Amino acid sequence: MSNILAITQKELKGYFASPIAYVVIGFYALIFGFFFYSLVLYFDRQSMQMLGLGAGQPPVNVNENMIRPAFLNAMVVFLFVLPMITMRTYAEEKRSGTIELLLTSPLTDFQIIMGKFLGAMALYAAMLAVTLIHIALLFMAGKPEWIPVITTYLGLLLMGGCFIAVGLLISSLTKNQIVAVMVTFTVFLMLWVINWIASFVGPTAQQVLNYLSITDHLDDFTRGIIDTKHVVYYVSFIGFGLFLTARAVDTERWKG
Amino acid sequence: MIEVQHLTKQYGPVTAVSDVSFKVEKGEILGFLGPNGAGKTTTMRILTGYMPATDGKALVAGYDVAEQPIEAKRRTGYLPETPPLYPDMTVRDYLTFCAKIKGVPKSDRTTRVATTMERTRIVDVATRHCAKLSKGYRQRVGLAQALLHNPDVLILDEPTAGLDPKQIIETRNLIKGLAGDHTIVLSTHILPEVSQTCSRVVIINRGRVVAVDTPENLTSRLGGTSAMYIEIDSGGVDASSALSGVAGVTGVSVSTTRGAIVGYEVASAGRDVRRELAAAIVGRSWGLLELRPMRMSLEEIFLQVTTEEAAPEAAAETAHE
Repeated sequence: MSNILAITQKELKGYFASPIAYVVIGFYALIFGFFFYSLVLYFDRQSMQMLGLGAGQPPVNVNENMIRPAFLNAMVVFLFVLPMITMRTYAEEKRSGTIELLLTSPLTDFQIIMGKFLGAMALYAAMLAVTLIHIALLFMAGKPEWIPVITTYLGLLLMGGCFIAVGLLISSLTKNQIVAVMVTFTVFLMLWVINWIASFVGPTAQQVLNYLSITDHLDDFTRGIIDTKHVVYYVSFIGFGLFLTARAVDTERWKG
Repeated sequence: MIEVQHLTKQYGPVTAVSDVSFKVEKGEILGFLGPNGAGKTTTMRILTGYMPATDGKALVAGYDVAEQPIEAKRRTGYLPETPPLYPDMTVRDYLTFCAKIKGVPKSDRTTRVATTMERTRIVDVATRHCAKLSKGYRQRVGLAQALLHNPDVLILDEPTAGLDPKQIIETRNLIKGLAGDHTIVLSTHILPEVSQTCSRVVIINRGRVVAVDTPENLTSRLGGTSAMYIEIDSGGVDASSALSGVAGVTGVSVSTTRGAIVGYEVASAGRDVRRELAAAIVGRSWGLLELRPMRMSLEEIFLQVTTEEAAPEAAAETAHE
């Protein structure tokens, strides 16, 4: 465990010693802030209109109409930002030769991979933590429900974990960070939109595609529901990604 | 301390190392000598557990590097060809990180990092970023990293590559000072380094061991002492016939001429003819200016052993340990 944490710490320091952490967090803060602000304006107008219309309209809900869409819209940033977080994990170590240090130290592959995964997760969590400011403002100004907020964060962490696991795997397959970014971005995008064609294929294939879509599983979380089905999907996705990374690292060893 | 048995490594169709076997006793410094691409780095990478061998076995401190990698790695310090430094870290942070992952107990870490930095003379760059270090310092930080957990076995891949002559001497002295407590394998293609630092040499070429011996034995065994260089001031007289008249001399040839001073190469069949030669020269009241056995330098042996034509005989002559 201390070995894993040593790697995690090193990874985190690496992110903050390079511009990556600041770019990633700043970029997300900017985009999320913009979405949040536009939703505040929109929400404001909607509320005014409803006041004018009087009773009979469904009440405007802060969770449904502000928090949820803000997070879902800002999710598009993950597509660009998460590959930046994961690109260097292995590719950089291979390029600079520091991988020799890790692989010849008394560490297991699992410890190295977990350490790197948790390091990337910690940066991702730090990025999400920026949004706590906006949420806190909402809690000061109104009375949103806190359970959907918490489950949204949990869902986002799990979904990001899947992306990070995929990113780690791709980074472990190349020495080149640009290649790592491009391939990771493409795979993320495919996982994102794979169910867009769902309604055109047969009923079985539709179910499969919908199940594969990484973002589809987030929906319940954003509504305050923790469904084990989705948790199992995300956790097994992460587990499988990390397992494949371990296999890839081992294969690289053989190739030398 | 280190035992390598029939090690073979193939990258696809390419055989990088083929049936390499050698042993290193505790406290020894073994020089791993060979031209670039001979398989030195591959062998070292297998020894350190960085990559598995295709065939054969490697034991470090009694642990099989493939079967019990963690135990073996705990007892091994490795300096790869390019020191594995993280450019964003300061030297102290880097070494602290290394201490952590090499299992140095938390209570010892600070002192261990400090003493290792002193030992490798990098205290003055402790707060500098690794990216900003000169080649010499990078190499020494890399060495510090390898020494940090006080390993039984040190594996150093070209530890003096890219250093200036002063740093080379310092590094060699440091390595020599480490022998005894540590068992050291170092690779190099610089020959004087081997004769100056190593107690034993493995010469490797095209993935095969072509010679294993002490530097002195290699020199005498392969070079022999049967050739003699003699410089005579004979006042213009050709001394060739006088020299070939000495019993036991099989051949005389002129190698240098500087006015009256002539240098001869004298070959003899096995036995020592220095006394007779000296007597013959002094007896004619010529000036004997120089008389020395012509040993082959390690360079020549190396070339002889690693040149393709010479390799089979040399291997046959020396590969048996």
